[in-house]
Amino acid sequence: MRFSISPEMATQEVQPNETLSNLKAESDTLKTKLEDERAKLHDVELHQVAEKVDGLGQFIMKTRRTLKGHGNKVLCMDWCKDKRRIVSSSQDGKVIVWDAFTTNKEHAVTMPCTWVMACAYAPSGCAVACGGLDNKCSVYPLSLDKNENLAAKKKSVAMHTNYLSACSFTNSDMQILTSSGDGTCALWDVESGQLLQSFHGHAADVLCLDLAPSETGNTFISGGCDKKANVWDMRSGQCIQSFETHESDINSVRYYPSGDAFASGSDDATCRLYDLRADREVAIYSKESIIFGASSVDFSLSGRLLFGGYNDYTINVWDVLKGTRVSILFGHENRVSALRVSPDGTAFCSGSWDHTLRVWA
Amino acid sequence: MTISTLTRGGAQREQQHCLRKMERVIIAMQDPDIGLKMRNQRLLITVIPHAMTGNDIMEWLIQKYNITDEEAGHLGGLLVQYGYIYPLKEPRSLILRSDDSPYRFQTPYFWTSSRWPASELDYAIYLAKKNIRKQGELVDYEKQNYNLLHKRINHTWDFVVMQAREQIRASKQRRKADRIVLECQEQAYWLVNKPCNRRALVRNRVKSSICLESFMKFCDQYHQHDPIMSGCLPSNPWISDDTTHWTINTDLVGTPTRLRVERWSFSFMELLNDCLGRREFMTYLEKEFSGENLCFWEACEDLRHGESSKIILKVEEVYKTFLSPGAARWVNIDSKTMERTLEGIKQPHRFVMDDAQMHIYFLMKKDSYPRYLKSDLYKNMLSKAIVPQETKKSVFPFMRRQRHSSPSPAMVSQATEDNGKAKGAGPAATNSGTLS
Repeated sequence: MRFSISPEMATQEVQPNETLSNLKAESDTLKTKLEDERAKLHDVELHQVAEKVDGLGQFIMKTRRTLKGHGNKVLCMDWCKDKRRIVSSSQDGKVIVWDAFTTNKEHAVTMPCTWVMACAYAPSGCAVACGGLDNKCSVYPLSLDKNENLAAKKKSVAMHTNYLSACSFTNSDMQILTSSGDGTCALWDVESGQLLQSFHGHAADVLCLDLAPSETGNTFISGGCDKKANVWDMRSGQCIQSFETHESDINSVRYYPSGDAFASGSDDATCRLYDLRADREVAIYSKESIIFGASSVDFSLSGRLLFGGYNDYTINVWDVLKGTRVSILFGHENRVSALRVSPDGTAFCSGSWDHTLRVWA
Repeated sequence: MTISTLTRGGAQREQQHCLRKMERVIIAMQDPDIGLKMRNQRLLITVIPHAMTGNDIMEWLIQKYNITDEEAGHLGGLLVQYGYIYPLKEPRSLILRSDDSPYRFQTPYFWTSSRWPASELDYAIYLAKKNIRKQGELVDYEKQNYNLLHKRINHTWDFVVMQAREQIRASKQRRKADRIVLECQEQAYWLVNKPCNRRALVRNRVKSSICLESFMKFCDQYHQHDPIMSGCLPSNPWISDDTTHWTINTDLVGTPTRLRVERWSFSFMELLNDCLGRREFMTYLEKEFSGENLCFWEACEDLRHGESSKIILKVEEVYKTFLSPGAARWVNIDSKTMERTLEGIKQPHRFVMDDAQMHIYFLMKKDSYPRYLKSDLYKNMLSKAIVPQETKKSVFPFMRRQRHSSPSPAMVSQATEDNGKAKGAGPAATNSGTLS
């Protein structure tokens, strides 16, 4: 039976078996009830609805640019709003800004740590943010003075108690959202480095995040090693929705362009689509022949295609509506670790442990 | 896969690790020899034993770890957020103040690491106790949770109330100081560990068929606009090396493309997200003498996404320009929202204009936007819009174009800032190379 909290109790050992099993039973009952509620409004499957949509024809995409210059595994990349510039970061501590169209390197920064797992381009195109094993997220203003040492102008913004796994500017250069191996996400004011909001709820490392494209722009999603994908309210710090259907770490989450759904890529070798209004998983993108985990996912501009970079060096292209695989792209010589579609949807870029980045169109 | 799996040969590192580390700090802080000097703190008329000030905590951290003020503030703040130290004044504000605000160490019984995941039953009992003690004076979100839990675990509600009454009775038999201490500890615990999924069961869900139909519609609507699906005109720069597609689609180009202008009719957000679209819409609103609505919305966006240091200034500006009686660009908000906003302005923060901004946004979306789409201004834009000729690849079979560089956005904005012009001119790509 339950115990009441007394001063003596506060210093005593709790009887683990008695209470834990009660609570576990309670928790399991509630989980089943939740699934029941979710299932009540599930009247049709996505592929059924998609039967009336035309299938996709022959699909040809090739590597149009190869960016060589990193000395070690490429871990992350992000596009600039100008649709052609890219920032990428690597295991050797280097962060490079490229004009991917000409393949010229425009800036290079050496971070004081290795494994720079996160990097992001500022909306204005005037700065980049990056971080990794240093547990921080730093912002570097991009100066065009060739003689200027970019590292000198570095600004330390975020501080976590474990590695930085992902970062993203919000609607302006003034705020950054970060996720970390310490199990939390956080929102920071760039100018002062002040913590504006923190997000607690994951039970293990948080590996990825993405900001919502919605009208009110107040939510974001995160995925973690606890197999959960959480939806957060940026104002209150509350977790407003949670999805737990993957069987392993979630490496990447990305919103569907309308903001009503999101896709995830996981070590369980599947990508999944979750509908936020129906509050459930609505599609699984998987094949028996795909054994290795998906590290990074992104949608084409219309949301019809989902590109997934995998740990078996390939990129699989999925028909989001029909659930079928449209194409498989070969080219990288090691694990694909990062993948983003360009802001105008004309191409996508993939970064790999083979030290290169490729732009496909 | 995490960095830990990659660098430590498979050993999964869990959050427990962090908590253990924090606990080591906390234990050191309470060491009788090298720890903090604690004293009795007065809370209203009661004396709370074993408390320390925020300043004490900062000083101790700085000394012990040889770190700066800034870092001590960060570390101390984390200890409070995770519930190892709790504030006695303003218990809901889980931050570390480096002044003489009183704090206390949380009893190990309530440590995040040692407690099992906070169960709903425990939380329900806690809320029921509070309800009985304060005679129904729970805070907003607590009232909500109480009602939700009452619905959800209704079958055990008798038990919940009985437990609550038992615990209250037992606590009445303790000394007042002890009772207050325990109440503080318990409250601090629940502030940090509120069960997360309480809202999950009573959420408003939409039928699958409706949601999935909306995906079909979206994909269909944007099909022509998706370069990977439908190609782009005159050609995809990455494939043809010709940047014309980008040149004709720059932010503030003179004559936009047809596809671009069509896209403004897909949703209000599409119109606002396009600089050119937004400028056109502003022109339209000014003709209708409601331009202040869009200006107000923009000012609120600037407030929400700007630097923390400018918040107070911006709120004042917005109030003076848009909300004060007789303001130059007064916006028409309903009285309830206005009242709430004016009240909120007394304590300005980043989100203080959210309600008002939402109100004006929906006003524009439901009223001005549909009328804009039917207006001559829009129709003219659409008819003037260009449809570029598709570049047939076969015309240049062996030609490899020169790939021209473009000015970096960093340089462009520096230059325009020097000239005193407004930011926002996108990178202007150079003309595509001449063919020889």
